[in-house]
Amino acid sequence: MVEKENIRVVRCGGSELNFRRAVFSADSKYIFCVSGDFVKVYSTVTEECVHILHGHRNLVTGIQLNPNNHLQLYSSSLDGTIKLWDYIDGILIKTFTVGCKLHALFTVAQAEDSVFAIVNKEKPDIFQLVSVKLPKSSSQEVEAKELSFVLDYINQSPKCIAFGNEGVYVAAVREFYLSVYFFKKKTTSRFTLSSSRNKKHAKNNFTCVACHPTEDCIASGHMDGKIRLWRNFYDDKKYTYTCLHWHHDMVMDLAFSVTGTSLLSGGRESVLVEWRDATEKNKEFLPRLGATIEHISVSPAGDLFCTSHSDNKIIIIHRNLEASAVIQGLVKDRSIFTGLMIDPRTKALVLNGKPGHLQFYSLQSDKQLYNLDIIQQEYINDYGLIQIELTKAAFGCFGNWLATVEQRQEKETELELQMKLWMYNKKTQGFILNTKINMPHEDCITALCFCNAEKSEQPTLVTASKDGYFKVWILTDDSDIYKKAVGWTCDFVGSYHKYQATNCCFSEDGSLLAVSFEEIVTIWDSITWELKCTFCQRAGKIRHLCFGRLTCSKYLLGATENGILCCWNLLSCALEWNAKLNVRVMEPDPNSENIAAISQSSVGSDLFVFKPSEPRPLYIQKGISREEVQWGVFVPRDVPESFTSEAYQWLNRSQFYFLTKSQSLLTFSTKSPEEKLTPTSKQLLAEESLPTTPFYFILGKHRQLQDEKLNETLENELVQLPLTENIPAVSELLHTPAHVLPSAAFLCSMFVNSLLLSKETKSAKEIPEDVDMEEEKESEDSDEENDFIEKVQDTNNTGLGEDIIHQLSKSEEKELRKFRKIDYSWIAAL
Amino acid sequence: MGEFKVHRVRFFNYVPSGIRCVAYNNQSNRLAVSRTDGTVEVYNLSANYFQEKFFPGHESRATEALCWAEGQRLFSAGLNGEIMEYDLQALNIKYAVDVFGGPIWSMAVSPSGSQLLVSKQLLVGCEDGSVKLFQITPDKIQFERNFDRQKSRILSLSWHPSGTHIAAGSIDYISVFDVKSGSAIHKMIVDRQHMGVSKRKCIVWGVAFLSDGTVISVDSAGKVQFWDSATGTLVKSHLIANADVQSIAVAEQEDSFVVGTAEGTVFHFQLVPVTSNSSEKQWVRTKPFQHHTHDVRTVAHSPTALISGGTDTHLVIRPLMEKVEVKNYDAALRKITFPHRRLISCSKKRQLLLFQFAHHLELWRLGSTVATGKNGDTLPLSKNADHLLHLKTKGPENIICSCISPCGSWIAYSTVSRFFLYRLNYEHDNISLKRVSKMPPFLRCALQILFSEDSTKLFVASNQGALHIVQLSGGSFKHLHAFQPQSGTVEAMCLLAVSSDGNWLAASGTSAGVHVYNVKQLKVFEYSIPDKQYTDWSRTVQKQGFHHLWLQRDTPITHISFHPKRPMHILLHDAYMFCIIDKSLPLPNDKTLLYNPFPPTNESDVVRRRTAHAFKISKIYKPLLFMDLLDERTLVAVERPLDDIIAQLPPPIKKKKFGT
Repeated sequence: MVEKENIRVVRCGGSELNFRRAVFSADSKYIFCVSGDFVKVYSTVTEECVHILHGHRNLVTGIQLNPNNHLQLYSSSLDGTIKLWDYIDGILIKTFTVGCKLHALFTVAQAEDSVFAIVNKEKPDIFQLVSVKLPKSSSQEVEAKELSFVLDYINQSPKCIAFGNEGVYVAAVREFYLSVYFFKKKTTSRFTLSSSRNKKHAKNNFTCVACHPTEDCIASGHMDGKIRLWRNFYDDKKYTYTCLHWHHDMVMDLAFSVTGTSLLSGGRESVLVEWRDATEKNKEFLPRLGATIEHISVSPAGDLFCTSHSDNKIIIIHRNLEASAVIQGLVKDRSIFTGLMIDPRTKALVLNGKPGHLQFYSLQSDKQLYNLDIIQQEYINDYGLIQIELTKAAFGCFGNWLATVEQRQEKETELELQMKLWMYNKKTQGFILNTKINMPHEDCITALCFCNAEKSEQPTLVTASKDGYFKVWILTDDSDIYKKAVGWTCDFVGSYHKYQATNCCFSEDGSLLAVSFEEIVTIWDSITWELKCTFCQRAGKIRHLCFGRLTCSKYLLGATENGILCCWNLLSCALEWNAKLNVRVMEPDPNSENIAAISQSSVGSDLFVFKPSEPRPLYIQKGISREEVQWGVFVPRDVPESFTSEAYQWLNRSQFYFLTKSQSLLTFSTKSPEEKLTPTSKQLLAEESLPTTPFYFILGKHRQLQDEKLNETLENELVQLPLTENIPAVSELLHTPAHVLPSAAFLCSMFVNSLLLSKETKSAKEIPEDVDMEEEKESEDSDEENDFIEKVQDTNNTGLGEDIIHQLSKSEEKELRKFRKIDYSWIAAL
Repeated sequence: MGEFKVHRVRFFNYVPSGIRCVAYNNQSNRLAVSRTDGTVEVYNLSANYFQEKFFPGHESRATEALCWAEGQRLFSAGLNGEIMEYDLQALNIKYAVDVFGGPIWSMAVSPSGSQLLVSKQLLVGCEDGSVKLFQITPDKIQFERNFDRQKSRILSLSWHPSGTHIAAGSIDYISVFDVKSGSAIHKMIVDRQHMGVSKRKCIVWGVAFLSDGTVISVDSAGKVQFWDSATGTLVKSHLIANADVQSIAVAEQEDSFVVGTAEGTVFHFQLVPVTSNSSEKQWVRTKPFQHHTHDVRTVAHSPTALISGGTDTHLVIRPLMEKVEVKNYDAALRKITFPHRRLISCSKKRQLLLFQFAHHLELWRLGSTVATGKNGDTLPLSKNADHLLHLKTKGPENIICSCISPCGSWIAYSTVSRFFLYRLNYEHDNISLKRVSKMPPFLRCALQILFSEDSTKLFVASNQGALHIVQLSGGSFKHLHAFQPQSGTVEAMCLLAVSSDGNWLAASGTSAGVHVYNVKQLKVFEYSIPDKQYTDWSRTVQKQGFHHLWLQRDTPITHISFHPKRPMHILLHDAYMFCIIDKSLPLPNDKTLLYNPFPPTNESDVVRRRTAHAFKISKIYKPLLFMDLLDERTLVAVERPLDDIIAQLPPPIKKKKFGT
């Protein structure tokens, strides 16, 4: 049971890059951004991730350059620590333990050896700005408990705090007022805007604040799109402000350029506005940035700006307002309709991305590969506007075809529906629109699937719709004299008693099509389109439907809304088994018979992995996530893993990824996070002097090859030893976890013997004895096992809660016992 | 209280002329305003912004510049090439001096703080590019010398506060002159570029010379620019408008200034320290004010307020909140559109209204109705209002005042140079008009004309301070008497009132003294306000004080009349409300509701009596120009909706909604 801890649910990339303002290094070579529990270091030139600084145990909430040493970086986290990093080498230098949750971090050059942080100590929604004294100490772990209070009742967001003019004052905004605290005088001035309910002032709320670097000027952004420039604020009466108004919606962030000559602002318009000399008439725009600007930051050298966008993107912009680089993470700000898919060609994760786009996201490099514009219409960003949504997508024929469905429903009766079929073009390495079908159905399309059989000569697509029909679309010659153009046409329309078609699924060989009509599953012959048989369990509408694979291809699985998982045998046309399981996600592994089902309970989500042939699950993991899991997918591994234990064997060929409601992408991993470093970053660790250009990679490879050659020559010189991997005893010894191994005394002789050259001294008579003993043991074991199963069933109401992991450890024990016996026999023989 | 039938008159097609210049006088807290028709008005800012003096306009005298000198002397210059001084006591023009330089575009008086100059000097900029210096002598001005002549017209002038240098704005450049030598020491070329497009010319509409040597200019390209006059270089430029910036005014402390643009926006600039611990200061544009729809031709900066006026005829006084100590009615925004004098007179007997325009008079007969209705109903007209007469004046001068007799058979009006009296004869629907010729020579210019209730006597207040009584009979007249002013004063009488029995005549002059004359015995009784015998009612009012909301009103009451049958009732109105004060009812205290348009009718008499108080206020009619009783049950109210005035003005500069 201890081994279970080896398998963990881990976040795998895709975390928000736009959670906080990005920070530039002093020379503008690198840009830092928080990303979940890590800090990522990107190169501003190549957009490549150079380092991932990990060490925090919770969300990183703030990063700032060390003002005293610009080669170091401070980061704060909800885990209550401030860490100091050497970002060039990616090394953690120091950890300061503060002890309470830190929500933001600020540094001021003038305040030596102390930083500022937002904490909440007493009540959950009252935040304070405190100054944290960082003690000087040579040890790596330092306690920093000396907090001094600066401002109370501030906004949680770091955008609402700004330090101005060499740290003389700090400005904080919240709701309708601006507070300015002067450090020298230790006084706070507060300026309140009218907040009456009438139309004119209703949206006067402050949203963000920035301070001029050299002058006493505070810029504040407001809900109604105004920017106010406050001056003379050390006088409660004579204070004055100027209004700049261009944004029509909330100002999301403000930043002054390094010299203070221009002010940058951004908002939902996705336009970066540069106000030069802080005058209303003198402004420049950088439009069409794609998504709401969440943060703006300016490099200390003054040559670069950067904007963080709501679609998890960072754009690096030159001083002359030209976008120079884009760092794009997984787009997550919208709801996912298409589910998770894997592009068979690139092995990229495919899901809804930007509005109207399908994003291809590389799981290995945590980077978006590209966006495919599906809807191909200008996106109008306006609140309350009903947009065209990309609702379904499917890959077919090994990635040659992509089918997408988009819909827009303004009223109950006005449905706009469009299906598009895209062909992969090898020349352009992209998808090209082949067929566009307007209103393929009268009502929403509920499911879409390609026939992915290897031998099928004609690509076939099936769509199921709420209008009660399923349609079969096939690729045919288009009327073209060269007979080269191809297009999709409807081949067959099927229905069953006017029930709504809810799901459809092809069998692995493509011979059968299963379509579920509410509670009923119908099986159709895919050649003649004849109705073969129906299954009806009267257990609620079918939510998921899938065929078994490989050896289990005779089974059909269906999960219903009432929480019943059914498995039908297609040969006997009878229910094989059923189980009570509230299945939210059911995904078959394309490389094995395994099927993963995620059930939802009030506590959280549980994972069950099973084969259709037997109702007992191979593997159960409870509480994989607190929240609802919305989608899951198996991703085939490039290099198969070799988990020997049966419980993890389902992860050998594929990896399972799933997406929760809050859109965090999670997976199962057995590795420690340190091992997950990407190879490129390791290379860069070693070779810092080389710039990260494409040439570098070629050069780097060359060097590696040289190294390898060296190793080879060394090996040749050595005495040829038997390869240790080939000796079973050694491999068993190495692969068995240490805590289940017998004591070293037992193993020692076996190990020594294994290194000797074999002499075929094994006597024939001894083996049967062993077998006998094994059989006896086995019967005992099975008894134990049965007992255990009963226990589990008592505690577990789902009915499938059988733990097979135990069995595995048993089998290992058996093997070990075998070793013991062999051990003795060897001694005797000697 | 009584209900009234109200004639709601909206056919008075009066359009005030646009404001051209304002000049603020810091010593007396008065504001001089000149309009495009040459009218000059003087407002007393201490007395609730009352328009206390008024000089009629003249067709050929378009005022382009207006300034105060030596405290109380008011000068104006205009496109007819003359400098005029106004006599603020006698309310006439003292003299006009031709400067012989073509139309005058600008004028500036030497600053008061100058030590170098023995007496005040007046500087004018002319069409031909000359800048002329005049010496102000106690009773006249005298030409002193010319400065270096420039190529094009001088549109704006400003003295350095020490009086040693002046800045002159011209077309495409600004010149800095040394006053002693009269030569231009710098010529600063203004950029013609306007939003990237080169305009033909860049007109420097205004300049201001600050004591630190900075020259601020505003120009037709929409820029506010700061120049260093010592080196003649541009220091900073603010582009604030897409259209012309037409006016500039600097506060006396030189810590803030105000500019007005052709888009109707007024921008406030303030001198703000760059950082709290440094002495370096910079000019920052702070707040924009959009109170005008049309060009803001002129602005002024009083210590506590920004004053602006323009083509849309409003005079806007926007107080600066940070300068106002307490929140009284000085802190309220004011918009003054209509003159605070009577433009309408009414003949009660014949139900006629006489409207006074700048150059003509209109006589209308009110419509009538036979229908009756409930309180608040609009009654249909059975007979429409008739335009009976259109009387044009001869000559370029504006009408000062006019009056129709209560019987409707006499009309009198006066311009600056002539007095006219007409006799009207009604024959069925026809009207014949006959001018009474051979007016006596002393009746040349009247400031106020009034007929007695029985239309037999005409009272004329002349600008020499004399009051003349003229007996009217049939088609002829006879001069009865002239009340001469007290020896030594030439105070003009600008308000007249006569008692209903015709025995008593009251007159008030510009210094707010009230003279009461007994017409029968031709004797003078004089009361000045402090020792006048107040009535018991006014004593109780003084004792108890007015309702706080009543005191918060900020528009002057323009007309008071008494109900002929009910002596306890006083009717009064200002531009926004009309009020009847019933002296028999208790005064309201601060707890009662001041504005209760109609007492609730469903409640018992006791309740109604308890809630009733002396002030009955109606705000239905606005802006209200005139209101009077025709008879005891009929009122006439003349309104002039602001939208109608705006509709008759030239269209404003078109601005896109989002300003892109």
